[in-house]
Amino acid sequence: MKFGVLRFPGSCDEVDALLACRRFGEAELLWHHDRDLRGADAIVVPGGFSYGDYLRAGAIARFSPVMEAVAEFAQAGGLVFGICNGFQVLCEANLLPGALLPNSERRFICRQMDVVVENADTPFTRACARGERLSIPMKHMSGRYYAPDAMLDEMEANGQVALRYAPGGPHNGSARDIAGVTNEAGNVFGLMPHPEHAVDPLTGSTDGGKLFASIAESAAATVAA
Amino acid sequence: MRARVLIRPKEGILDPQGQAVERALPALGFEGIEHVHVGRMVELDVEDASQLDRLCEQLLANPLIEDYEVELLEHA
Repeated sequence: MKFGVLRFPGSCDEVDALLACRRFGEAELLWHHDRDLRGADAIVVPGGFSYGDYLRAGAIARFSPVMEAVAEFAQAGGLVFGICNGFQVLCEANLLPGALLPNSERRFICRQMDVVVENADTPFTRACARGERLSIPMKHMSGRYYAPDAMLDEMEANGQVALRYAPGGPHNGSARDIAGVTNEAGNVFGLMPHPEHAVDPLTGSTDGGKLFASIAESAAATVAA
Repeated sequence: MRARVLIRPKEGILDPQGQAVERALPALGFEGIEHVHVGRMVELDVEDASQLDRLCEQLLANPLIEDYEVELLEHA
């Protein structure tokens, strides 16, 4: 299977994401002007500061040509994974519910922490077990997940809250400790912490690899079917 | 036509920027100031003002978390 990793002006984690993807499949970078996803079976929208985070994080990247192609791909059931700024972009593009606001403590949070797998039945978490803790770094200024309560109740009932911050960690003020959510159909996933920085024993944890392995398995299963 | 768009955090959504400003005020000797909220202002020239609401909904504001109001100014 092949991953396509987007690159916007201001992206900074696309190379780590590309290298993480290559541990589990083929991968290539897609420029923000590309309208063609070049046969990718899964798309990664990486972290960084697309378009300088002007206006609101993710607000401008959403209008790039490649995002039109990604939206079509997602509507057709393709797997799309947004990390950090990529999560913000997917929310702004209405491919994911909710929004990400500046951290409640007004500080950039940068540290290794645990997230708990709440739903292991998604295409992005199938290589994990429910309740498993993954050690993954987080580094962001605007990671406070917000959605109105009624929307959150619906998402929880529908299994869309895939990952939550473990208790006792640094707090960005996220509603219900939400770290990562899927769309209603389950084929689009956004996560604030960075699994692409946790795939090599050299950096202390390989837990992030489980998410990329899950995507590779899911995409391979779809391609084979 | 000159237009001014004011965008602010929706009522009830935590506004850490506003809080930071509010907390800094007593140290500077300003008292009796509360409920500080920080938003954004966008000024622009527009030929057809009827498209401004759509512009705000789609780009300038995120309607899930922000309220906006459009003010039309005199011809520049």
